[in-house]
Order: sequence, then C-alpha cells, then structure tokens
Amino acid sequence: MPNHTFILNGKRVHVDCEDNVRLLWVIRDLLGVTGPKYGCGLDVCRACTSFLNGKSFNPCSVPVSKISSHDKITTIEGLPATVGRALHPMQQAWLDYDVAQCGFCQPGQIMNAVALVEKIHAEGREVRESDLDQIRNICRCGTYFRIREAIMAGAAAMGKPAHHHHHTKKHARS
Amino acid sequence: MRDSACSTADGVSRRRFIGYLLAGPTLIAAAQLHVSEARAAIPTIQPIDLFDLSDLLNLAAAATSSLIKVVVGSDGTVSFELPRAEVGQGLTTAVAMTIADELGVALDAVQVSLSDARPELEFNQLTGGSNSLHSIFTPVRMAAASARTQLVSTASRRFGVPSGLLSLADGLVTGPGVSATIGSLTGDAAVISDRRIQAELKPAAQLALVGTAQPRIDAHDIVTGRKVFAMDLNIPGALPTMVCRPPTINGTARTILNRTVVENLPGVTDVAIIPYTPYVPGGVAVRAQTFGQCIDAIEALRVDWGPGTVDGKSDASVLADLHKREELMTPQLPGTKSIEQLFTFYFRPGDPLETNCAVADVTDRNATVWSSLKSPVVAQEQLARDLGLPNSAVTVHVTQGGGSFGRHLFSDAAFEAAAISQKLGKPVKLMWARTDNFRQGRVHPMCTSRIRISYAGSNVIAFDQRHTSVATDFSHGFGEIITAFAATIPGADSGGYANTIFTLTQNVPYNFGLVTQALGEIYTYDSFNTSSVRNIYSPDVVTATELMTDQIAAVLGQDPYSFRRAFVRDPRMLAVLEKLAEVGNWGRPMPAGTAQGIAIHNEYKGRCACLVEIDCRPATVRRTIASGFTGPRVTKVVVVVDVGMPINTLGLQAQMMGGAMDGIAQVLSYSLHLQDGHYLEGSWDNAYYTRQWNTPGEVEVIVMPATTNEPGGAGELGVSPAMAATACAYARATGTLPTSFPINHNQPLGFTPYPTMPPIPQSPVDGLKNLGKPTAPPVS
Repeated sequence: MPNHTFILNGKRVHVDCEDNVRLLWVIRDLLGVTGPKYGCGLDVCRACTSFLNGKSFNPCSVPVSKISSHDKITTIEGLPATVGRALHPMQQAWLDYDVAQCGFCQPGQIMNAVALVEKIHAEGREVRESDLDQIRNICRCGTYFRIREAIMAGAAAMGKPAHHHHHTKKHARS
Repeated sequence: MRDSACSTADGVSRRRFIGYLLAGPTLIAAAQLHVSEARAAIPTIQPIDLFDLSDLLNLAAAATSSLIKVVVGSDGTVSFELPRAEVGQGLTTAVAMTIADELGVALDAVQVSLSDARPELEFNQLTGGSNSLHSIFTPVRMAAASARTQLVSTASRRFGVPSGLLSLADGLVTGPGVSATIGSLTGDAAVISDRRIQAELKPAAQLALVGTAQPRIDAHDIVTGRKVFAMDLNIPGALPTMVCRPPTINGTARTILNRTVVENLPGVTDVAIIPYTPYVPGGVAVRAQTFGQCIDAIEALRVDWGPGTVDGKSDASVLADLHKREELMTPQLPGTKSIEQLFTFYFRPGDPLETNCAVADVTDRNATVWSSLKSPVVAQEQLARDLGLPNSAVTVHVTQGGGSFGRHLFSDAAFEAAAISQKLGKPVKLMWARTDNFRQGRVHPMCTSRIRISYAGSNVIAFDQRHTSVATDFSHGFGEIITAFAATIPGADSGGYANTIFTLTQNVPYNFGLVTQALGEIYTYDSFNTSSVRNIYSPDVVTATELMTDQIAAVLGQDPYSFRRAFVRDPRMLAVLEKLAEVGNWGRPMPAGTAQGIAIHNEYKGRCACLVEIDCRPATVRRTIASGFTGPRVTKVVVVVDVGMPINTLGLQAQMMGGAMDGIAQVLSYSLHLQDGHYLEGSWDNAYYTRQWNTPGEVEVIVMPATTNEPGGAGELGVSPAMAATACAYARATGTLPTSFPINHNQPLGFTPYPTMPPIPQSPVDGLKNLGKPTAPPVS
C-alpha cells in the first residue's frame, strides 16, 4: 500500500493507504483529526473546509495522492497557530457573536471565512455584504445572520486590505 | 417529592421544598419533579388554552425524575448529567445558567454532560415538543438549592456561625470574618447514606443569570474543532461502516451479485445484507478502513433489490390520496358569506447537517451504542428486543448532536448500527451518506390544509380548517406517553396519537367565532419515513391560517395588522403583536414588488410574532448563483417572542433566528420531489435550504420580559410565524395568493438528479480546482 506523507497542522505525518482515498478520510479516519466534518462528500456543504499551503480547499474532494510531501495542510485545529495566538481573530469573532448552535458546520464556516477575507483583503478592498452572499457553506441550524456579523468583525480584526495597487482602492468603492 | 408547601398560595412557602442528599465522597444533591395537582379545568373548544402538549409531557415526566443530581467536586466544579439531548438548541447552556444562579457559582464552574439512557427515568428522558427547559427548570433548581443549603450548613458547623449569617456566591461561602470555597466544603458536606433535606429556592429577584444573554458553554470547543460528535469518537475496533441503500424508499436487498469483488476491494473488511424492518432501514452494509473505501464499495456493489414500501408513488398520486381523505367541512351557517382555499405543502427534508450516525459494539452478552438520541430509553428497550439481550445488558450513550429538528426522536441509526455490529460480530462506526439522508431519511409529511372563514357584516362568524397529512410517525416515545396518560388529557379521544397531538398543539389565535380544526391522515407509519420536522403540524396549519387571515382582512377592508390587533384573543399575544408592529415599523412605504408580512403563533406556553420584508422584483428573483436557487429574497426579519420566562436571551434569539431561516426555506425553496417511489434530491445543491444568498441582511429578535414564572418551549416556536409571515409578505408583494409550498416546487427542476443506482454519488477527485476559491461552485 502506498505511503503518503505531508505536514498536518505543523507536524509531519505518515500514512499508508490507497492513492484514491479522499484526504478528508485520511485526516479523520486514519490520522484522527476530526475538526473537518463530513456533510456531503460532494464539495457542496463545505463542512470540511481546510487549507492547503494557506489556501482554502475541501479535502472531501481531493485524493490523498494529490498531496505531496512538502504540502502543509491546516485544519481548524491548526488555525490559531497560523497567527501565533491562542485563537485566530475569526474564531474570537465567532465567540463574540455567539455564532454557533449545534456547531457541526462551524469549523468549515470559520476556515472558509478566513480564506474569503484573506482573498478579498489581498485584492485591496474591504469585505462587502455582496461577498457574504456568495458563501456556500450550509448551516442547517440557520445561524447565517450571526455568521455575517462575525465575518465582518473578524475581517476588521484581521487588519487592513493590502494597498499596493492604487487602482484597487478605487475599485473597492465601486 | 411530596411537596405540600407547593400547593399553598403563599409565595414564600411555595419556594420551600424537600430535596435529597445522596451518599458519595463529595456532595451530591438531588431533587425530583413536583407531581402536578389534579386539574379541575374543563376543556373548551380549544383545549390548548388549558392543557397543551407541554403539559402532557410534563405530566409524563413528573413521576420519575428523582435522579436529577448536582455533584459538587473538591475542585469547586459543579457537574450535572442532563437527561436530555443537546442538538444545538442551547439546553446545556440554559441548564448551566440555572444551576450557577441557584447554587451561587460562576457559570464556567458548571459542567453539563448528557446522561446515558436511564430506564428508571421512563418518560422523563425524552427531548421533544420544545419541552425540555419547561420540564426540567424547577427540578434543576431544587437540586442546586439543596446543594447550596447543605454547603451553607456545613460551613455553619465548621465556623460556628449561624446559617442565616452565611451566603454562597461565586463559589464562596462567606459570613462575618469567615470564608470557604465550596470545593473545601464538599467533602464535609457529603453524606454516607441518602437523606432528605429541607431547602428553599431563591426568590426570583435574586436570580442574576437567568434572563440574561450568555454565550453557549460549548462555544470555545466548537470554534476550535474540539466538540465531539458521534463520528469523532475513537472506539477501539469501530471501523467506518456505510450502507448501500435501495433505489426506492424502504426497499430490501435480496442478493449481493458481486460479493467477492467487493470484499476484495482495498480496505474493505465486511459486506453483509441488513434486511429492512420498520426499525432498521437496512440494505447492504460495508465496513472498511475509511469511509472513502465504504463509498467505493457502495459504488461497486451490484445488488438484486426487492420492492420498497411506496414504489410507484409520486407527488401527484399522494396529493390525490390526500384529497380523498380530507375531512368534511361542517355545513356553512345560514346567512353568512365565506372565503375558502386549499393549500398544499410538499414533502420537506427532515435531517440535520450531521448525517444519521451511530457507533455500536454488540457482542453475544451485551451491547453498547453511542448516538445523538432524544428518546434513549425507548431506544434501549428496542435495542434489547432487536438484539435478544436483556435491557440491563444494553448501554446507550447519548452524544452531542449536530442538529436534530426532531429527527433524533428516531433512533434508527443506533438500531441499524447495532444490527450490523451483531451480524458482523465487530464494532462499527455507522454513517449515512448525505444522499441517503435526503432519499431514505425522515421527512416532513406532505399535507394539505383547507380553510373556510365565514363572516357576516364586519365580523368573523366561524373558522374551519381541515388538515390532511401523510401520517406523522409518533412511534418514538410520544406514542407511549399518550397511551399511558390518555385518561388524564382533556379532549383526548380515541382518534389515536395524531389526533391527540393535533388537538393539544393547534389553535387559532383570533376571536373567529366557532372554530373547528380537524386532522385526517393517510398511509401507515411504515410506508413513508416521516417525523415531526421542527414543529409537527403548526408551520403549515399556521401558514394557511395567516394567509387566509390576510384574505379576510382584505375582504373586510382592513389592514393586516389592524385586523389582527382587533381579533387577537390573548393579552400576551396582543402585547407581542404591538411590539412587533412598533419595532418592525409596520406599514412603512415600500417599493412595488416588495412588501411586509406579519404572522403570529401561540404554542409551547409561548407567544411569537414575526414581521418579514420580501423583495420579489425581477432583478432580485433572477439573480444567478451557480448550482444554487435564488428567487425572491427576504430582506428583513423581526421576531418578537414571549416565552413566559426567558432563561438565556442570547440562546432564545438564536433559536428564533434559526426558526426564521427554516420558515423562509419552507415557503420559498426547500422541498423533496417524490417520483416513482423515491425522492429526486440528493445534495444541498438540490434541496434548497436557506443559503447565504437567501439570508436577510437584517434580523432582529426581541425577547419580551418574563410574563410567567416558567420557561416555555423555544426550539420550534419561531418556525411557524416566520413561515407564515414570509408567505403573507410574498402574497402582498406579488398580489398573488400562493397556494402550494414551497412556491418553486412545481417549477422546472433546477438540477439534474443523481441516479438511484449506485444510490450515492462518488466524491469528486478534482477538488483542487477550487483551491483558494472559497466561493466557487462545487467541482463536478
């Protein structure tokens, strides 16, 4: 059986399994890291959202063979370490707005929110309500409104948008 | 507990009671429910006024709750095993607040866990009917007050200071010149044999936490990924297990045509037929090293399937059967005019985001299961029957649930996991696929509601409602309660469980003269898999009622709010309605194609009203979201709720907000299409529950100050008025009365259905196409 190795939440891990097994199951079933949740296995619900080398993705839809030995995977458990604090500002915003109900979707919601804000800030603009309308993560408890509030607060706490292009700021107001 | 003082009218002695101290190394204080006084009331036209479903469930819980225990640890923590489920509704937080307040400790000193199934609790371990806090609030306070009393008297003995001079706050007993932590007192406060203790509840004015806004006690665990759900458990040997399910609802596997091929797939350890029974959905079980390999095995399986229980049935044929079953209207009163309308509500999914799941370890001698169960005592009994084991050999652990909405009143995941574990002789971690939850899960039953409102001059003379529904399955414990207590329920008749529950929950909150509401049901419990999906009948009954209330208001030339205000028949409801109109700015000018709608609802000892603003303009309706349904958008929701006595206002606001998202979905988008004995929907991009692009940008929830001294139910209360208000707003914005729900159900399908065989779609392999694209639609 093929051996796979990568960095998971800052630690090198090794696992023996078939190439086609989706990374979600490698992380959950074989490595015992259970923050990312299964809600569909179809790239739809986004409950498993994690980071690959700092960029968001859904491990339910990626075979482990596509992950190489130098890749860094971050799950909700590893998120605080990415900012060197006990909690990422987005996690703190989630607490401040008491976002969670059952909590099942929230690891994915938080990871997706961080990725969305980082992407928008990198474009040199602030997060808009219309950006929030594009978020696909399912919350069957229906705490969507508090998610929106927390993302706005979390985005503010994550710092200012990049300003390296003059024209992007103008674009942000359009 | 024999609490004679409780029956007196004196406010002070009503707080005094006899609690219990139980033997243990540290202090264990306990209490049981006060058995309700016999009720002398005579039922009227609307039994809910005097005795509702909450009362029924409370009465059922009253006899056997002697084991509600508060344990004080030597580290100063206070622990409590909650004999209820936590599925996101915030019960553990509300209970922790109650204990902290009554005992005198900080909220974070209280640890609430979920109790295993305890058969001695009988009916008192059922989480349903939005009844949990209502039934457990006072017993929890009594246990905590007993603990406080014993801690104070222990300090009194230690310091030689009279108890009256000591007080307990923030985990510290203090008095003139003395102070001790409860952790330092609990050893001395412990008793070596069980005994009674006289104690007294704090006056309401001294409750500092109750009625405030507190964040969930598990919030930190949630945001860090540490909250443990059933599938996160690490039970030795319990390998991932899934079931290849039939192509039609409740079909049975006859033969596996390629067993050897599948058994030899990588990671697969076992393949076995699990026959359908009314308790075990079944199919072909596969156990493997990973769930991914279970999915691979399901894709590969070739099975000869027997028929299901509703083969050939489709939306249209069920609708025809409903029409045939509809109860007759009473003859119209002479000299009155009337308006009449029939409304249709299609099947809706009933499953939460966490798919149906359970861990089971069954041996020849005993069985242990772990699952989110709202009726664990009934589950334990059924497991014992199914497995051929004595009750005492079956252990049922209740795990934290990833949502429920009534689904976990049914324990089929636990039954199925146990059946598989027994057959394989190995522990299993059973998880349903998402597509299974849509296609074989439990659904809100399809139903129709006919309403006739008779009027003369400017007065409503009569209101008649005939609700006809695919049977709602109550075989999860409600049924046993009703059987056991049928004689004590005013208005209960021989019409069966469903009619009793319909009578105990449904009402018209207006002075509409002679009111008749009747239920007719079709099919048996083991045809369609149904459940009480976040409120049993109310969302549909209330939506039909409120749409027709707007219609009669229009006939009589009145504004929807003024009409309701004039006809509402209860002062608490009136107060809620008036607050709603004020906060929601009822009647503000709005552009064409947009409108407000309002609706009210009375249930679970609570009153709730909702105002919705909707945008039905073409530019909004025609927004495009890849693989998503847009349609009309609710832009604002205001909810005003009077739950009687609010415990955690932040949690109540969360429940109302969530209920509103359900209401929006049920009017605009969320349903299942039944075709030839199966549902077409197979993913969240097929079944359109509310998504961010459907979410209102403004949500406000007002929790009214306490109006009674007991907390009413809140988990379901917000759904009905939000659903009704959304429908009313849509009718006013478009000038068209919607008569079938959701309104998009009979539009062309917005998705291509997954095939029925293999029964679940394979996971994509090109997910990295979406790397760094957090809002991209799913890869194929």
